[in-house]
Amino acid sequence: MRAVSRLGQSLLAPALAVVIALVISAAVMLAIGVDPFRALEVMVDFGDTPSQQVTAIVVVLNRAVPLFLAGLAVAIAFRMGLFNIGVEGQYRMATVLSAGAGAAISLPAPLHILVIVVVAMLVGAVWAGIVAVLKVTRGVSEVISSIMLNFIALGLASFLLTGPLRGSEPGASIITTKEIPESGWFPSLNGVLGALGLANPPRQLYGFLLVAVVVGVLVAVLLQRTRFGFDLRATGLSASAASASGVDAKRMVITTMLLSGAVAGLIGLPDLLGSNHTYGTEFTSGLGFLGIAVALLGRNNPVGIAVAALLFAFLDRAAVPLQIAGIPSSVVTIIQGTIVLAVVVANEVSRRIARRQAESGVAVAPPATGDGSTGGGQGPDGGPPPDGPTGTGPALTNASGAAGRTSPTGSTS
Amino acid sequence: MKLAALALAGSLALAACASDETGSGGSGSGASGGSEDGPKIGLAYDTGGRGDKSFNDSAYAGVEAAIEADGGSVQELSPNSDASNRADLLTQLADQGFNPIIAVGFAYGDVIGEVAQQYPDVSFAIVDSTGVDVADNVTGLLFAANEGSFLGGVAAATKSETGHIGFVGGVETPLIQSFEAGYVAGARAVNPDIIIDRQYISPAGDFSGFNDPARGQVVAQGMFDAGADIVYAAAGGSGIGVFQAAAASNGRAIGVDSDQYETVGDPALQPVIMTSVLKRVDNAVEAYIGQFVDGTVEGGSDEVYDLASEGVGLSYSGGFIDDIQSTIDDYTQQIVDGEITVPETPTD
Repeated sequence: MRAVSRLGQSLLAPALAVVIALVISAAVMLAIGVDPFRALEVMVDFGDTPSQQVTAIVVVLNRAVPLFLAGLAVAIAFRMGLFNIGVEGQYRMATVLSAGAGAAISLPAPLHILVIVVVAMLVGAVWAGIVAVLKVTRGVSEVISSIMLNFIALGLASFLLTGPLRGSEPGASIITTKEIPESGWFPSLNGVLGALGLANPPRQLYGFLLVAVVVGVLVAVLLQRTRFGFDLRATGLSASAASASGVDAKRMVITTMLLSGAVAGLIGLPDLLGSNHTYGTEFTSGLGFLGIAVALLGRNNPVGIAVAALLFAFLDRAAVPLQIAGIPSSVVTIIQGTIVLAVVVANEVSRRIARRQAESGVAVAPPATGDGSTGGGQGPDGGPPPDGPTGTGPALTNASGAAGRTSPTGSTS
Repeated sequence: MKLAALALAGSLALAACASDETGSGGSGSGASGGSEDGPKIGLAYDTGGRGDKSFNDSAYAGVEAAIEADGGSVQELSPNSDASNRADLLTQLADQGFNPIIAVGFAYGDVIGEVAQQYPDVSFAIVDSTGVDVADNVTGLLFAANEGSFLGGVAAATKSETGHIGFVGGVETPLIQSFEAGYVAGARAVNPDIIIDRQYISPAGDFSGFNDPARGQVVAQGMFDAGADIVYAAAGGSGIGVFQAAAASNGRAIGVDSDQYETVGDPALQPVIMTSVLKRVDNAVEAYIGQFVDGTVEGGSDEVYDLASEGVGLSYSGGFIDDIQSTIDDYTQQIVDGEITVPETPTD
């Protein structure tokens, strides 16, 4: 009975979110004179020829890989109640420096790629580590410091690109680093597509897809099946309780941020190793922010994040055919935006339902806390988030929230 | 607090999603205009899309003029917010049978070669980037933006009463730096002691500077507050913010690419737009489509539009610089005759 209700609760919020988002989006489309069903039809149409269809799938997968890694990086921190907005800066620094390192060295293929990956993860971890150190030593909110570090990363990456790491000809419109030699390119998976009997598309399917899957599995195991993961989730649910049971909160903050940053460092690599082979002024930016939305939608659960990344990538691809069909591509933006907002709303609704059930005595024990993947700690327990070990105010409200009487979440924020 | 975090995340994600698209809503009428038998023109915009009242709109104006002359239809596409799908735009246009396909903006330089090689029967053009050594079916439409900006600098220095002018660049890329170089050289040719504030909205690699009027306004306001009375906005869609700052400080501004006096669409801002440094993307695009219709398009080469071919120049709308036209013409002649060589990269 409880297991069923737990499962229901964990599925309720995302399902509600998607339904709400679809309804709102359809209403908006009607308001601007677009037939929602026609829009949907265009979005799921992957083209006429097998080659076009496979290309569309490749485009979606290639877009989903960095989104998945971004969501994962955000989620690791989220699970312990840390809001890492700095993923954007972490992956930018990681990409520019690993591109520079990759171009500067020459090694046999697997080793070359490995070095680039390790450099990217290290840089990402160091950049995120600054946030962690500031938090545990000076009590600086990670939200503030990571946003600030995004701007510093932007400027620093630009300096590195236009200065020491510049590889493009002077006067070229697009500034790039030196190209990584071919031994540092990640092989594409187009051979696999061929083996599956699919048409060989003109686009390369990123081999980094496999790395992303492995990282996803590792993170899932780490969070769900290890002592460290338990400590991390426990701290996320209640910092004071975790620290009372012997978890070293400061160490947890540092380890978690290093881990989150290391994964963030991978975000730029699918593009870097799979197609661009340089970091340049045209390198895709903004993935770190999209990662926050993806993590929210995926409820900070690796499988959920994978689904969310695929959904966002699918919507993104749809923007082009929509325009060709004469439908404003803003439809995609509207859907993406409403999904994110709906997740917030749905989490709140499911939390209230859970509390009402608890108050009416359906559950004997305190209300089920879900599987920990509670949309950024927006758990059904009604408590506001633990704000890390250094926050004193939130710790007080946390105590009153845990008593389950009042609902300060909405008003105290 | 947690709710605040979620809401913050939501708004950030929204902001990340929604940074472009201003124009695509208004223009999304799909394949529009003209007859069925003319060319099916594909037009892929730079970030900012239609409605930037500048660069992209100018390209569209050229297509419109070509359709009026030769018939045909146009399909416009805007990239997604992080412009990661540029190759996709071109591929899809080619797949849908559009020919010729015009990519607006040097940013397509990265991807156009690869796509063009996959569609050897389609003619591609790229604005602001070269077609040489890219593919046999790519034509580059290049502009001597530094020469036009030189005249902008001449006008600013001649008209400035404080001996202090400004330059707001959108993104610190080599392309916009050539605007800066020309502007500075022009202003110093008139008044070697002039003070020129130069600032870019975003650094290389961050393209938000072309589409961020709020930051454009802040940067320009700083210049006006410091004593500048004329500021040149080479910043695409961010230029509106520069005009607003000029209007708020009784200063004046110089527009870019299009005749922004005509396109700004706000009567309150018109009086501050002293002139615009025209980059006749419309002429270039129209001429290219004309060549395509005549079958005389040459791929793998560049068409250069400069002062001599009237591909760049100043606008006189509003009549604010009519009185100094002889000075402008004088400098124009010197550049055309080669007596003045306008630099392409900024000094000091």
